[in-house]
Formats: sequence, C-alpha cells, structure tokens
Amino acid sequence: MARNKKTDGVDESTEPGSFAPNKARRTFLKKSSALVALALTPPPVLKAAEMEDQVTAAFEKVKITLHVNGTRHKLAVEPRVTLLDLLREDLKLTGTKKGCDYGQCGACTVHVDGKRVLSCLSLAVMQNGRKITTIEGLADGEKLHPLQEAFIKHDGLQCGYCTPGQIMSAVACIREGQAGSEPEIREYMSGNICRCGAYPNIVNAIMEVNQSGQKV
Amino acid sequence: MNQFQYIQPAKQKAAIDALTKDAKAMFIAGGTNLLDLMKRGLAAPEKLVDINKLPLKKIEFNNNGLRIGALALNSEVAQDKLVREKQPLLVQALEAGASGQLRNMATMGGNILQRTRCPYFYDIALPCNKREPGSGCGALAGFNRMHAIFGFSDKCIAVHPSDMSVALAALDATVVVAGPQGERQILFTDLHRLPGDQPEKDTILERNELILAIDIPDKPFAQKVHYLKARDRASYAFALVSVAAALATDKNIITAARIAMGGVAHKPWRLFEAEKFLEGKPVSEANFRSAAELAMQGAKAFNHNAYKLKLAPNSIAAALKAAAGIA
Repeated sequence: MARNKKTDGVDESTEPGSFAPNKARRTFLKKSSALVALALTPPPVLKAAEMEDQVTAAFEKVKITLHVNGTRHKLAVEPRVTLLDLLREDLKLTGTKKGCDYGQCGACTVHVDGKRVLSCLSLAVMQNGRKITTIEGLADGEKLHPLQEAFIKHDGLQCGYCTPGQIMSAVACIREGQAGSEPEIREYMSGNICRCGAYPNIVNAIMEVNQSGQKV
Repeated sequence: MNQFQYIQPAKQKAAIDALTKDAKAMFIAGGTNLLDLMKRGLAAPEKLVDINKLPLKKIEFNNNGLRIGALALNSEVAQDKLVREKQPLLVQALEAGASGQLRNMATMGGNILQRTRCPYFYDIALPCNKREPGSGCGALAGFNRMHAIFGFSDKCIAVHPSDMSVALAALDATVVVAGPQGERQILFTDLHRLPGDQPEKDTILERNELILAIDIPDKPFAQKVHYLKARDRASYAFALVSVAAALATDKNIITAARIAMGGVAHKPWRLFEAEKFLEGKPVSEANFRSAAELAMQGAKAFNHNAYKLKLAPNSIAAALKAAAGIA
C-alpha cells in the first residue's frame, strides 16, 4: 500500500525528472475519483466471509486476500467489482488499462497465478487467494523487464494505452512457448489490439527477447 | 452492472439447489460471456453461483473415449497431451477460438453455453426476440451479414458463435448434465436448439441443470481431421463460416465422414446428408465438391449474407481436402 500513501501525501510533480503535468493530473484524478467513489459508496457492512456456502447480500462486501505484485492485500469488495476496477480504483495500480471493458481489446491483461487473463471480465471475489501480477510488478526495482526494454528499443508503441496489456501478454506468450516465429507471435498476441498499428514493432520486440533466451 | 449476491458452494448438489430455489440465480464459471452480458444489461442475475470449487476439471481417457470435465479451461484442454493425441480436431477448433487470455479463462461448459453475438441481441435499444420475446427480430430486415443461412425462423436468424462446439458436434460427443432429478446424457447435436418460436432458448437444458463433462468417443475418424475458419481478420474474430471435418479412410475409400459447420445456423450444423454421400466413395476433390453442394441444399441468404452461399461450400470442400491430406 506504499503507493497509496505516496499519492495521498506527496505532490509527485516535484520529483526531479518526472513528467510533471501528467503526474500531477494523474494524482488529481486519483484523488478526485476516490472522493466521488467515497460519496457514492453505500455504508459498508463488513463481515467475515468464509465464502463457502455463505450467501453474501447484495450490498455486503466480501473479505478477500489478494497477492498483488508480491504484496498481500486484505480487501473488502462488493461482489460486482471486477479485478480491473479493484486494481485501478482501490489499489491505485493504474498501469493496467481499461480499454473496452468488454473483453475485446486486451488492454486490461494481467497474470493470475501465472496465467494471462482479462481483468475486466474477472470478478475480484472470484480471485480470492490468488497471485496477481500487473505491469507494475514486472520491473526489478529500477531495472526494467527485458520486454519493457525491448518495447522501448523497437518503438513498440505510439499512444501507449495498449502497451501494459501488450507487454503482459507478450511475457505470457514467451513463457507459454508460443513466440517461436512471427506468424506464431501474431496469432498468440491477437487478443491485444493496438489501434495505432504498432504491431510490426511489437512483434520485433517479442522476437528479440524470445531469441535472446533471457528469462522472462 | 446490477448488484447481486455471490456464493461459492463446494458441493454439486448445493449449486443445483441454489438455482432451483432462486429463479434469478445463475451459474458462473469463467465469466467471460456472462460478465460481458451483465455489464451490457443483457443478464441481470440476483445471485451468482460460482461453481469453480466443484471437482469438474479432470481430463481422462477410458475404454469409451475421452472425458473432459466441464470446468477444464479451454487452454488446458488445447494443451493437454492426451487430448492432442486423441482429438486433434477439438484442439484445432479450440485454438481457432477467442484469444490466449480468454482461453485461459473460458471453461468447456461455458464455451458450449455462450450466447450469440448477433448485434441486435447485444444492443438493448434494438428489438430482439432472443433477448426480449415478442419484440421482433431486428436482423431479419436489418444488418444481417453474420447471420444464418440454415435452420432459422422468422423469429430469429442468429448464429451460435462457438468454434469448439462445431468440433464437438462433428465428433459425436455427448454432454453429461446433472439436475435436481439426477444425471442425464445428451447427444451434442441434440443439445442446442433451432430458434423456431422460442429463440430465447439456446439449448434443451433446464436453467438449473449443470454440465458436468463432455464425452468424446474414440472413433476411427478422429485422426484425419481439419478445422477451417473463415473470418474478417486473421485471428481473434468470430467465424463467418467454419467447418469441422473428420474422415476415416481405407485404401483411399472413405469409410466414415463427420462434418459440421459453424457461423451458419442457430446451432452447430451437422451435414448428415453430405456425410452419407461420402461414405464408400473414393477420396477426391470431385466427391468433396459434390458433398458440399449436397450440404448446401435448403440454404437461404438474407440481404447481406449471400456471400455465405459461396463461402460455405468452398469451405466444406477445402476442409475435407485438408482432412484427407490432398492438395
């Protein structure tokens, strides 16, 4: 929850070398949307939920535990909250993007127990106890993940909105052993849409990392 | 999305009871279709019964053939060594469907029960007899490029979207289902309905029946197979037309043929007449062409899908050639 404290307390735009206007705007959006969410949320009825055979009333929040990027989070969520909204709104992990929100674009791709899935079509309550990895969890401290480096090197993006999903999918694609050739990469990356059309560069980035034999 | 209650029963009986007791309850497994429908207001269950704790994930092979648990994921089945060895047609169809992410979420049972992607069904501002019985069919005189050429009614011309189900229909599969009265087996080709006067009903299942497993018999046509899918882009799109073809041959004579089509009807469309025609005949392009022509009898196009009257027979012939291994 370090991220929460940071965004709550510090004006990130003062950090040296940061993209000041964007970060300030992002922090403002996070704060203001949190306030709106707070205003709209019915008073929570938090109950210990050993979910087996237990009925959770519609307004009632369910207690779950998620391991996100190596950090254990104990959370209380309404059953209708998707994993995507939980990550973005509650945990402030806004790297995972909401593109279509209907499972058609792949921008919300995360790993659940090592498998790539669409977080927009996953209910958070159904992920209880699982390990989630988002784009924020890929880098090793300041050292970027090989696929992040390769996307930069090969210019595998323009607007960048689909990029977190592309990279999460690309990591899985290589781990699944489905990145052996350009046609194979194109087929197994087809669930990630890029409207800027950066596809050739994305394929090149994945090809290079796969061929380098680096551990992803 | 509407608010709903959520339960995760550990016992099959508890799951079925939950739906029996509560008319507004629904099962959820992978959720890739149901959550999409709920977000758009096309489904509004008041209770979701999460069946993921039920022990229905096993893939096994016995004397009768392959049994695949209803909760096995599409990706798990497609990668399973046993399935790849015994039922390559199913593997091809699974890999032609959806995307890597969706196949990691979608279950076998859920794939079978997914709803049509007809745009009139999906848009609550437009009429649709499947979504709202009696409101009319918007597609009939509307934009019907993706729609049926077989088995439709004046109430509904939507098509079933699953690739996997087309392979299962061709492979003489059976589904094992459980309800309050116990278990029953349903031939896969009998599971989905034609729209008739009740397009709101996709299958013959009762709403509180649960798919437990899929049985695929071990048959001689399981190895010479091909799944062909024609679509608007190279990958990650629903079929305009798809064909699952399976052949058994003996010295160039076809001893058994199984063919099913997707994207052309309200259910996976088995080509029984074409199969019968091929049995006993030599493997040849001419025979495959004749079988395709036979299969197209009774096909009828609407304003925007006449292209399917050509695409379908060409796809049938091409899939049969690929299955037989002739160029």
